[in-house]
Amino acid sequence: MSADGGKANIIRLFNVSKRYGGKLALDDVSLDIEPGEFIIISGPSGAGKSTLLKVLYLAERVSEGQILIDGMNLARISPRKLPLLRRRFGMVFQDFKLIPNRTVFENVALVLQVAGEKPSYIRKKVMHVLRTTGMEKKANHLPPTLSGGEQQRVAVARAVVGEPSIILADEPTGSLDEHSAQLVLELLMEYHKNGATILIASHNLGLIEASIRGRNIALKEGKLQGISTMLY
Amino acid sequence: MSRSVKKALADIRSNRFLNLITIVTIALSILVVSVFLLFFENASRVLESWNQGGRAMVYLDTGFTPKMLPQLKERISGLGRIDQMTFISKDAALERLRKEMGAKTLFFESIEKNPLPHALEISVAELSGFEQLAALAADIEALDMVESVEYGQGWLGRFLRLFNLFKMTGYAMCSLFLLIALFITANTVRLAFYARKTEIEIMRLVGATESFIKTPFYVEGLFQGFLGGALGVIILLAGFLTLSSGITQNIGAYVYVDIRFLSWPAMALILSSSTFLGWFGCYLSLKQILR
Repeated sequence: MSADGGKANIIRLFNVSKRYGGKLALDDVSLDIEPGEFIIISGPSGAGKSTLLKVLYLAERVSEGQILIDGMNLARISPRKLPLLRRRFGMVFQDFKLIPNRTVFENVALVLQVAGEKPSYIRKKVMHVLRTTGMEKKANHLPPTLSGGEQQRVAVARAVVGEPSIILADEPTGSLDEHSAQLVLELLMEYHKNGATILIASHNLGLIEASIRGRNIALKEGKLQGISTMLY
Repeated sequence: MSRSVKKALADIRSNRFLNLITIVTIALSILVVSVFLLFFENASRVLESWNQGGRAMVYLDTGFTPKMLPQLKERISGLGRIDQMTFISKDAALERLRKEMGAKTLFFESIEKNPLPHALEISVAELSGFEQLAALAADIEALDMVESVEYGQGWLGRFLRLFNLFKMTGYAMCSLFLLIALFITANTVRLAFYARKTEIEIMRLVGATESFIKTPFYVEGLFQGFLGGALGVIILLAGFLTLSSGITQNIGAYVYVDIRFLSWPAMALILSSSTFLGWFGCYLSLKQILR
């Protein structure tokens, strides 16, 4: 709990800017996100949605400003500590980012392997998560043999298997048909109910508005346009 | 660690052709090095056997008289390592020469005075090399009444110098081949790394440490190096078994030869060097890629 009686913010951005050459991808963005929130980052292409997620999981370093994740200042994270930060996140991408020559099981298990979990625990946990995402029967399949929707469900399984406190999803429904997109959003909502903080970057606000209750952070040309609460 | 070994084996299986090329290249380089090592081990042993227990002929000064013999023998014996000493008087030497060459020349009929010096034929026991024999000969030559010492410094010395030159060339060639194998191993790792770039990127995204990512590459390098070395030694053994009996039969009648396969320490050296080579190639490559 914070001093004002509310929950302590899990993510805080202070005047964050990110510059690529001369172009500002994020322009003086300040933001507080509480644990367990469902955040939708919306805006047209080039608004800075993906950049905002990238600076959170340190795929990019900010040009100006500060970011705190659970009290940790990202500017002070050394390359050696970076893997430990990444393990706090679950990540879902539009292009799935699955390893094509590893089975569904192996792709999901990777998260627990890098964390040094025991093989018996990994087997049990991965099969449980695959069951909840409806991918149990495809555990031994290779990702290229699956449909886009199935691949994204595997990506969601990989994102949640380590029980991260924050899930970042960059256009998770961008390459999916409506039915598959709905399934993926339902899965993310399911994990949100279990307490995870979820940030989804999407330009497809219509589908998300119809499915999710959360806070919408609108970006345009890197600037924060407004924050609103969405109810379905 | 077992995860890294399993992963390395899986990567070798999934990239069979590239790995096979690397292993064969390492094997061929190791084969060249092993051939040199085999030759030098055997040649050194044969040369050593020629050197050991060598003979030397001590030619005595014109002022020497047989009365001085006991004193001279005593002084030579004092130098140590002398097995046997036989005095050959100038008359006995001339008689021996006459017997050996008399029928072929009229030279002996024409000489009025014996031109040959008194000599001592000595056998030297248990010397470890040519250098020790040369040192002993120099000590004897420094004694009074000794004119010169002949111990094969002419042909054997020249042969040894040639052998040493060949040895140096061999070392240079071996280094070159090992360097080639090192570059090829490093290049294979680089190709494997780029082929798995997406996989590595994903590993980093899910929180893999650098050692988690690198260890399977190192294990793969060690495997490649070890298998390449073992294959090289096996090819050498096959060649050795095919050729050695023929060499012994053909040359053995004329000179002393004792051809043996590489000693255990030499084989251990080859295998550990090739394994190190695989690891080092990987280290160089990853250091360059991930800097």
